[in-house]
Amino acid sequence: MTEIRNVVIVGSGPAGYTAAIYAARAGLNPLVIAGSVTAGGALMNTTEVENFPGFVDGIQGPELMQTLQEQAEKFGAEVLFDDATQLELEGPIKRITTGMGKVFETRAVILSMGSAYREIGIDDEKRLSGHGVSWCATCDGFFFRNQDVMVVGGGDSAMEEATFLTRFANKVTVVHRRDELRASKVMADRAKADPKIEFAWNSAVTGLEGEAKLSAVQLTDTITGEVRTVPATGLFVAIGHDPRSELVKGVVELDAAGYVTVDGGTTLTNIPGVFAAGDLVDSRYRQAITAAGTGCAAALDAQRWLEEIEDSEHGLDQATTVEGGVR
Amino acid sequence: MSIIVNATEDTFKAEVLESPMPVVVDFWAEWCGPCRAVAPLLEELSGEYVGKLKIVKVDTEAAPGIAMAYGITSIPTMHFFKNGEVVKTLVGARPKAALQAQFDEIVG
Repeated sequence: MTEIRNVVIVGSGPAGYTAAIYAARAGLNPLVIAGSVTAGGALMNTTEVENFPGFVDGIQGPELMQTLQEQAEKFGAEVLFDDATQLELEGPIKRITTGMGKVFETRAVILSMGSAYREIGIDDEKRLSGHGVSWCATCDGFFFRNQDVMVVGGGDSAMEEATFLTRFANKVTVVHRRDELRASKVMADRAKADPKIEFAWNSAVTGLEGEAKLSAVQLTDTITGEVRTVPATGLFVAIGHDPRSELVKGVVELDAAGYVTVDGGTTLTNIPGVFAAGDLVDSRYRQAITAAGTGCAAALDAQRWLEEIEDSEHGLDQATTVEGGVR
Repeated sequence: MSIIVNATEDTFKAEVLESPMPVVVDFWAEWCGPCRAVAPLLEELSGEYVGKLKIVKVDTEAAPGIAMAYGITSIPTMHFFKNGEVVKTLVGARPKAALQAQFDEIVG
């Protein structure tokens, strides 16, 4: 018979590992299904994280995630580098199957699968992916030394990628649909002050050119509709993220954009014993620290729920005894 | 058991292009998070395909000439070679089961 666990956490970004720290300290022996190649989540592909409280001089994204993992393990969390491929969440005992064929049974589940890079959704984007189109500046910037590249997007991720790429590229053009950035002031100011960064305002990427590799990007003016073609050998896509909720679609309640919906300010989903945290839930703030905060809340909610079912099970035991006595 | 070979610009031809076995070449670099994530999976797989498939790693920083010759602009990228020719390309990290399926296909 397989051991029935108290809580299994699916995902290992700031939300997942913070939930693991709290659940482990509560003595719940959590298992974190961290992902085989996605472990650590989105911060694994970033460089300096300057806004996570407690690090005066900033910290590298991968280092922060390594630290969170070690902190969770220190208190007894088990971390498995495997992927949850099937979740059966209804009923008192939930069952999770992994890519390597392992099956886990648990009373509570914390969903913290985070989000995935959004694609532009134009022709040739997939074909040229890995041939000039990239979603990871820290991985691929090196290959664009002295070249002209573009970053599409107007948020913090786009500004970070653009600033990082100036280490290698000759020129970085930030393409943004509007005429002002969504990024935080410090990130936007840094990018605007960089002599290697230019901005293509009110512009959308509507086409890609190049046979074996990207050679030019077609931009359409979002106001006038005018189309122009700009030479570029690299296009870094940073237009946002979509929640990774496919695994629970049809079972756990999602909103129209695919985010898991939770009850009020809690982490409770529509299914008893299933909690959700981090970017999987949050379309509004999407910060490492807010993800960590809701991860903490999910662990506390799960702990409370486990105590409640334990109490009610005790209640049942007593009733059974009484019944037996009557007989 | 890991039997992964690290190819350099000097050894690439002998290790990959002249290999009698199919070869999976993993283009990677130290600074690339997804490359580090996929590395242990390739270590495990190398032991499972002994005599059928060879796994060769190319450090794109140490061997930029090879990376350029094969048009690498994103890592990790895996090129599958048969008789010196690229027959398949995978861009980005994948879970072990997904890699296994691709490896099985090329081993035939």
